[in-house]
Amino acid sequence: MIELKHIHKYYNAGSVSEMCLFDDFNLTIQDGEFVSIVGSNGSGKTSLLNIICGSIGVDRGQILIGGEDITRQKDYLRHRSIGRVYQDPSKGTCGHMTILENMALADNKGKPYNLGMSVKKSREDYYRELLLPLGLGLEDKMRTQVGSLSGGQRQAVALLMATMTPIDMLILDEHTAALDPKTAEIIMELTGKIVAEKHLTTMMVTHNLRYAVEYGDRLLMMHQGQAILDKSGKEKKNLAVDDIMGVFNEISVECGN
Amino acid sequence: MTLVISVFEQGMIYAIMALGMYITYKILDFPDMTVDGSFPLGASLSAVLISQGMNPYLTLLLSFAAGLMAGTITGLIHVKLKVRDILASIIMMTALYSVNLRIAGKANLPIYNYDNIYNNSLTNHLLGGALSPYKNLIIIAIIVVIVKCVLDWYLKTKSGYLLKAVGDNETLVTSMGIDKGKIKILGLAIANGLVSLSGSMFAQQQRFFDASMGVGTAVIGLASVIIGTALFGQISVFGFSISVILGSILYKGCVAAAIRIGLQSTDLKLVTAVLFLLILVLSSRIEKYQGRKRRKERA
Repeated sequence: MIELKHIHKYYNAGSVSEMCLFDDFNLTIQDGEFVSIVGSNGSGKTSLLNIICGSIGVDRGQILIGGEDITRQKDYLRHRSIGRVYQDPSKGTCGHMTILENMALADNKGKPYNLGMSVKKSREDYYRELLLPLGLGLEDKMRTQVGSLSGGQRQAVALLMATMTPIDMLILDEHTAALDPKTAEIIMELTGKIVAEKHLTTMMVTHNLRYAVEYGDRLLMMHQGQAILDKSGKEKKNLAVDDIMGVFNEISVECGN
Repeated sequence: MTLVISVFEQGMIYAIMALGMYITYKILDFPDMTVDGSFPLGASLSAVLISQGMNPYLTLLLSFAAGLMAGTITGLIHVKLKVRDILASIIMMTALYSVNLRIAGKANLPIYNYDNIYNNSLTNHLLGGALSPYKNLIIIAIIVVIVKCVLDWYLKTKSGYLLKAVGDNETLVTSMGIDKGKIKILGLAIANGLVSLSGSMFAQQQRFFDASMGVGTAVIGLASVIIGTALFGQISVFGFSISVILGSILYKGCVAAAIRIGLQSTDLKLVTAVLFLLILVLSSRIEKYQGRKRRKERA
């Protein structure tokens, strides 16, 4: 269970350009929940993920995972139980290393990075098995540098790398936004499959309202640092894209757009 | 002939330093000026220890360890105190100048009358007679091969992969649950260890330590790395390490040739710098040309 309690976050605190992002923000996510998060730009979606992952700190409040306070824990320590995929496909992989080398690096997550050989012959078949169902032909390109792959192929590798070791939580930060519609579809299907298989607690930020409705068992809409819409269970199932679009238009009108 | 041998000797000694700079410049993407201090660090330490009767081979190990420490401190200044990379290394380089003088006790410490790694009863026995003009060269080559093999091996280990990853994509290293700062410090430590080892070998070949012998080390190292990877990097069987070693020898050859055609030895640093500039400009042209050629081949 992830709990955010009374989170306060200001940007440029104390200066004229001070901006309040979160003012007493609270959120609880149950184990195994798949939460889709939508909202306009600057509504705090990505900041929310960054706060949970420790990439940015909070000014006040508490973050608890499984009851343990991790508010002051370093980001890299938190990532030991978190898999994360970014909007930018290049952030989840090493461009100068081959697919095989990248997967070997990710395969060792949670274990010591010592003087043992990184690429093991015995694991190659396992990597191939992971790549095969993607249908992108990557299993025959294991010795190709990741930097020369397309954005979609790279993101597929990044998603596999983020989820190939035992983790508790998957964080998806607009991970299909930089991809063409067809590739986005492939990545999204793969995401759904992995999350279901591994029963991962998942938070997915997306601008694609259809994905938000189709995937996940809870939907949050963020606006000015607040969750103005929070639907789960049956309510979420009955939600249609038009419903969210309606709310979306309302908040935009309020803002004067 | 002696000139050629001397080019190869110095080229290969500096190649070890250049391999260290390959780690910082190419792998970590860290402009490390510490080397101007850690190269003479190995030299001063070895000169003092040899003049006090220590086994010269042991000084190689101790010089490596001293370099590890110097690199670690640069890393700590950068990572923990959040000082910009190049500034952190310049601070360390400046500090090391005095440290080296302290270690040596004076600005110039000759060790002509002592055994060294090239010249001792064992090497004289094994590499005497006809081989004796090539004695230094053989010993340097052996050390270079050992360093090359160990470095190639290390970069294939899990730890080595993290090193490559941190220069490529810091975010990924964090995602793996690893402190990226520690990996940077590790890389700087190994790099400066190699540089200091190279300094120790250089002092023993020259048979003295001089406080100014570190000036321009970074330039020589970068020039070797850039010339090596630009000219030989495309030949895949070579790998980066052989490319860098060849680059270092070639660079020393160019400097020696420039001095030979009429410049004075006092012009050395000027030649070093101008050649570096030439290499920088030429290598970017070479890369552009190769990129165009590749695109044409693909089309």
